Amino acid sequence: MSTVLKPRPDAAPPEHPMESILRMDRMPHIWCPSCGIGTAVNCFASAVRKAEFDLDKVSIVSGIGCTGRVAGYLRLDSFHTTHGRPIAFATGLKLARPDLKVVVFSGDGDLMAIGGNHFIHAARRNQDLTIICVNNFNYAMTGGQLAPTTPVTARASTAPYGNYDAPFNLPFLAESCGAVYVARWTVLHFRRLIQSMTKALTKPGFTFIEVIAPCATLYARKNKLGDGRDLLRFYQEQSEVRHGASTKDVDIDFQKKIICGEFVDRERPTFLERMNGMYKARLGDDYAEYGGCCGEV
Amino acid sequence: MSEPRFAPADPKGVLTGTYFLDGDHACCEGALAAGCRFVAGYPITPSTEVVERFSARAPRVGAMFIQMEDELASSIAIQGAVWGGAKAMTVTSGPGFSLMMEHIGLAVMTETPCVFVNVQRGGPSTGLPTLTGQADVMQARWGSHGDYEIIAISPDSPQECFDLMLDAFNLSERYRVPVMFMMDECVGHMTEKVVIPPASEIMVEERHWTDKPGLDYLPFQANANLVPDMTRAGEGHRFHVTGLTHDEKGYPVINAEAQEKLVRRLIDKIRLNAEDIIHIEERDLAGAEVVVLSYGITSRVAERAIAMAREQGVQVGAIRLVTLWPFPERRIRELAGQVGSFVVAEINYGQMFYEVERCAAGKVPVLLAPHGGGTVHSPEQILEKIMEARACRQS
Repeated sequence: MSTVLKPRPDAAPPEHPMESILRMDRMPHIWCPSCGIGTAVNCFASAVRKAEFDLDKVSIVSGIGCTGRVAGYLRLDSFHTTHGRPIAFATGLKLARPDLKVVVFSGDGDLMAIGGNHFIHAARRNQDLTIICVNNFNYAMTGGQLAPTTPVTARASTAPYGNYDAPFNLPFLAESCGAVYVARWTVLHFRRLIQSMTKALTKPGFTFIEVIAPCATLYARKNKLGDGRDLLRFYQEQSEVRHGASTKDVDIDFQKKIICGEFVDRERPTFLERMNGMYKARLGDDYAEYGGCCGEV
Repeated sequence: MSEPRFAPADPKGVLTGTYFLDGDHACCEGALAAGCRFVAGYPITPSTEVVERFSARAPRVGAMFIQMEDELASSIAIQGAVWGGAKAMTVTSGPGFSLMMEHIGLAVMTETPCVFVNVQRGGPSTGLPTLTGQADVMQARWGSHGDYEIIAISPDSPQECFDLMLDAFNLSERYRVPVMFMMDECVGHMTEKVVIPPASEIMVEERHWTDKPGLDYLPFQANANLVPDMTRAGEGHRFHVTGLTHDEKGYPVINAEAQEKLVRRLIDKIRLNAEDIIHIEERDLAGAEVVVLSYGITSRVAERAIAMAREQGVQVGAIRLVTLWPFPERRIRELAGQVGSFVVAEINYGQMFYEVERCAAGKVPVLLAPHGGGTVHSPEQILEKIMEARACRQS
């Protein structure tokens, strides 16, 4: 659902502070009022600026769904791929172009259900990618169906009597598979989220941030949790920052505490470091190092 | 710009010489000679030797190989690599090809030049992993959802696995379209002499890079030949690519007008350029009572059947489809008024047969020499259809 903003008759609208990184010619966006994705995008834009990246050298890859639309609103080289496959696409892009910063920005259903296999393998390989997963606990684009993150007892349009299916604990999954940086924040923690994103973007290897975002239109409505403001109030009251918490202990129960913070920050060689190391050791001078496709066109 | 720009192949990827190679290995060498420097693959019989060879060759020639977690991943990782600037392919067989269908559609929709190699085996499902088939040719044409056109090529020897891979990559660049390289297990595992010429004699079509700077570049604004110029990430174009129906900027537009404009162009850029793309071989068509149409390994079996029919006094001609798609409609329609009949021999129960029947439009008999797969036809099976076709014509 979109909000049509009426142009102000008196003056040219003020420049959006993130205009250099947003596709203003695509506004208004499709996200509902009080949706958390916009805040996550804003935090990301701030983090990219803070990290002082050359914006021409940052690529953003999304899958399908509400968060899947993020790529289309960022004025970067942006790729809106297929459902579940943005990490696999990003893997190819990053390996072809090690000089680029490649970010995957997608939703919980896209990355963790249909795309779960790519997530675990990219983490295992420690591909040099930053993964931002907006978790709104349901499939919102298609009308609020059960997701692999829906808390037990929460209702969804395909779990009308409440969910009995065990959800993923995403930080635990990411750590188990090899991610070198794992954090979780709600969109209410925007300052910490920006800091965390900056850190993830500048750290080599597979870095993962789960962003808990309100979905007032579907998830909250089906679960009688009020409006967007009520959800934010809940985050304010029930989220607890516990840096370094064991990821085993950060499961999310329905309407109980949400543990946030930086859980993992460790070093592991990346896929390309391992690959180059092996080829150099085994092939010596015969190794023609892959230079990427960044020469003159 | 829209004219093809050719340059001699990068010598790093060209293993000049005369070899005894199987089709899978020759296919790998063809890709390297064509400038392919990125392969994402997943093991599957009978195509695995292509990626095995590429994985051995890649670190010695400055190329990248990654074994992905599945075919879904392989078939989209190559598209990421292409948008990074690489020439890329993936390699598979039936079950993996089925998994790749969605990403063939993505490559069509986003006009991502790349090559999908399918070393066909018997199906459906797991079917005959180690034995031959030609039953994926309609899937190559229609397997992804929605309406589109692609290019598909069918080699009949290891030498052609090398030679036609050059065409596959060159055509994919010229038309910004995924090209299906439809081998079969026999051709893939058959070992024959393969001559790889010097790099200076191999002409490679360069990517049609845009010369427009920054935001002036529209990734889906077509040239006169209906094909848009390419760019790659990191050039400051800040372009957008989506599998949604989109405008020239690449922005999603969800309405019937945008759909008509885009899908019509995606189809027309192949249909209207079909004569440039299509490559078929014709032999002894003048006065032919029967024309045997075949492709891949079956065209070599058909040779024997044709010789046997001639011994019995039948005037037999032959057509070999090197390009399967787009189908040579114009030529088959024309021949339907000139030759006596068609026999279509293929290792399936009728796929290209229906295309020939459609184009013959009832003017001449069209008979199918089918085969379920697992082995090739016997020459006698094709001969029997040749004799039946001649009898149809006489009656």
